[in-house]
Amino acid sequence: MTRTPEMLHVTVQRGTAQDTRKQRFDVPARENQTVLDVVSWIQQEADPTLSYRFACRVGMCGSCAMMVNGVPRWTCRTHVSRVASDGRLDIAPLRNLPVIKDLATDMDPFFDKWVAAEARHHPTRGRLEEFDPIKPDAPDRAEANLGIECINCGICYAACDTVAGNPDYLGPAALQRAWTLLNDSRDADRPGILAAVSGKGGCHNCHSMGSCAQYCPNGLNPMRAIAGLKRETVRAALRGKRDA
Amino acid sequence: MKQPPRSHPLWLAFVLHRVSGLALALFLPAHFWLLSQAITAPARLDGFLAFAENPLVKIAEFGLVFLLAVHMFGGLRLMALEFLPWSDRQKTLAAGAVGAALFLSGTFFLRAI
Repeated sequence: MTRTPEMLHVTVQRGTAQDTRKQRFDVPARENQTVLDVVSWIQQEADPTLSYRFACRVGMCGSCAMMVNGVPRWTCRTHVSRVASDGRLDIAPLRNLPVIKDLATDMDPFFDKWVAAEARHHPTRGRLEEFDPIKPDAPDRAEANLGIECINCGICYAACDTVAGNPDYLGPAALQRAWTLLNDSRDADRPGILAAVSGKGGCHNCHSMGSCAQYCPNGLNPMRAIAGLKRETVRAALRGKRDA
Repeated sequence: MKQPPRSHPLWLAFVLHRVSGLALALFLPAHFWLLSQAITAPARLDGFLAFAENPLVKIAEFGLVFLLAVHMFGGLRLMALEFLPWSDRQKTLAAGAVGAALFLSGTFFLRAI
């Protein structure tokens, strides 16, 4: 086992999108330490003006994602010992999103795209009606289950080169959410979802590079969901042509 | 900004597919022009065919056949990904496409020399 260095050499991206600079901090190394612990130490002990975002610290809220040594990661569950072999850390805000200040990004474009993808529930029944029973082992339910553990952290969005190259692209998270709803028997707007995900910036922009699945901290596979959307949109288009 | 490392197999498969497609697109006009010489200037075509017996040209042809095969098998993988039920073995399939392309171009090369 390698000896833990006494100090970590941490570079943090500071400033706004108009004025970005790198700042160096030396942070005491601990035997057990997450990247979020390092960022919190800097804010509490070295520079209280450092802006960043976190809430739950246990990998549930999806708010603490940052670029760590160039890789998008959930910082609360990323141990320093696993990502900084030589005691060096480079921490930057999530890629593909506008920076508000320091490590805090503006998540609005990310969530606006969820709405644009119709990735919101369209109810079939009102609150006074009986629940719609869902069979856990139904094939469409099993398919939806594969994507519902998304915590909206934006890591897939930051990892995706198609998002980087095409600002209109809805991105892996929004499309995966649309796919889970498309497979949900309680969702009433299947045609609306298919129309939203097959337009400009929709699922057909995906080049199947697989970086979303590679870096998803929850082990989800948005590429699989997007492939499913591609299949269903083509099927719907062929069906539409036949019925015309 | 520093880009995320892209050394994972499916990203490399993506790049290989694009680069092979681009290289083939550049090659095809030259290929058709050369074929047209059979009608317009047969002597020039014969001259080139003699030049093509050069071992270095054979190696280049091996590369060309590899690009063609890897683009075809890679394209089949992408079409299967988009139109057939999902398979979790995408990395295996991508590696298989490269393997099949190497086999095909290797066979071509061994027959050519």
